[in-house]
Amino acid sequence: MRRRDVFLAALVLLVVWQMTALLVNFPILPGPYEVLHVFLRELQNGLPSHFVFSLWRVFAGMALSVLAAVPVGLAIGGSGALNRIFSPLIYLLYPIPKVVFVPVVILFLGIGDLAKIAIMFLILFFQIVVLVRDQAAGLPPQLIQSLRSLGAGRRALFRFVYLPASLPAILTALRQSIGTAVAVLYITELSATKYGLGYYIYYNGSTLMDYPAMYAGVVAMSLLGLGMYFSVDWLERKWCKWKFVT
Amino acid sequence: MIDLEHVTFAHPHTPPLFENFSLTISRGETWAILGPSGCGKTTLLYLLAGLRQPDSGRIAIEGERLTRPRPRTGLILQDYGLLPWATVQANVELGLRVREFYGEDGKHAPMDFQPGNNVVDWLDRLGIAEVADKFPSQISGGQRQRAAIARTLALEPDLLLMDEPFSSLDAITRGDLQNLTLRLCREQKLTLVIVTHAIEEATGLGKKILLLSRASNQATRIFENPDAGQDGYRASSAHHELCDLLWKEMHYETA
Repeated sequence: MRRRDVFLAALVLLVVWQMTALLVNFPILPGPYEVLHVFLRELQNGLPSHFVFSLWRVFAGMALSVLAAVPVGLAIGGSGALNRIFSPLIYLLYPIPKVVFVPVVILFLGIGDLAKIAIMFLILFFQIVVLVRDQAAGLPPQLIQSLRSLGAGRRALFRFVYLPASLPAILTALRQSIGTAVAVLYITELSATKYGLGYYIYYNGSTLMDYPAMYAGVVAMSLLGLGMYFSVDWLERKWCKWKFVT
Repeated sequence: MIDLEHVTFAHPHTPPLFENFSLTISRGETWAILGPSGCGKTTLLYLLAGLRQPDSGRIAIEGERLTRPRPRTGLILQDYGLLPWATVQANVELGLRVREFYGEDGKHAPMDFQPGNNVVDWLDRLGIAEVADKFPSQISGGQRQRAAIARTLALEPDLLLMDEPFSSLDAITRGDLQNLTLRLCREQKLTLVIVTHAIEEATGLGKKILLLSRASNQATRIFENPDAGQDGYRASSAHHELCDLLWKEMHYETA
């Protein structure tokens, strides 16, 4: 994705936002200029701390999911026997909306960060497992045989074939998970905390009725997601150079 | 060097490809395995590579029963088996890195394996040094095949197994690589077993040609071709006669 395209898309979005705000003409939808003004003001006023709390939670949730899901996905995708045993289980568990477990998770893990991170983990784990498993299972058998003929056993196959082959799928899974992770972050920060962009948005929108400040929080949350998207793109260009050669 | 004794092998739910099949290949020989599609050429190569196990019978290389891939056997497959995410140099180094990963355990690497790096030398000898930093998708089919050969020879094998390695190359590149393969086999004193469905390739490379049939292979049908690889042999009448004979045999098989 080119920077110019992102800039143009942002410009179109701002124009549509401004026109909608003018048409609606209610305090609940302020225009982008007013929101930008408040956003700059709120930068001096605690918004950065909320941003850092949210960033930490979403990063921890995603990092834990990747660390746990990638080995599981590789193991299941790389072994026909494990695939036969665990895939039906994953198919049963994957579609269950994990958000409904928020009260249960809070009951067991308390109201702190751990519960919030655990809920994100529950949702992202299955998404990443499925993508990585499919990538590992779809590797050409000849590639595996070729490596086995070079002396590679199971451990070397994982190190030299399955892991690097699955990197693009891991990054795709991450990219797909960012939207979900940020949405889940908002839900988990609605209760039992005084820090985080979810709390900030909800508090300003529902309690203080300060809509420009609420939108400043929405902008901050969007920037959080956008920054994560760009980070994954950067990692892909760094780790998967072969995908970008002509 | 290679002994197949009364080998029987069948893929699940299909008639056996080999039944009580025996074959002996001596050290330093060049063999071509020829036959129509589905006759078990590649399966036989996988059996020799230790990637498949016979249902019954015994396969031994250098007197040792083959139960898994052997560190001194090199295998080059039809699509070269190069890792698309690794550069040419990293692909050529791959076998050495796998050996370093395990150390000299006698299973994955020979007991006398000395970690060293002769990769640059092989890149030079195979004429692919200038594309060492490129990825496989950036180079030609001939260069990919040279990289696969370099990767295998960097491991200093004594047995080279090739599965239709030149089938997707143009005629000139194919001829160049066939000559290169024969030269390297002579220099490195390798035993060569190459699988092909092309009669001219079999007669050009194999001093002995094993013809397989679609029906279950029991008896070995071996054609002697002692002049393979010599200058002018391909234009000789003896070569044409052998090609005719093999063509008739294969035609009879497929008719």
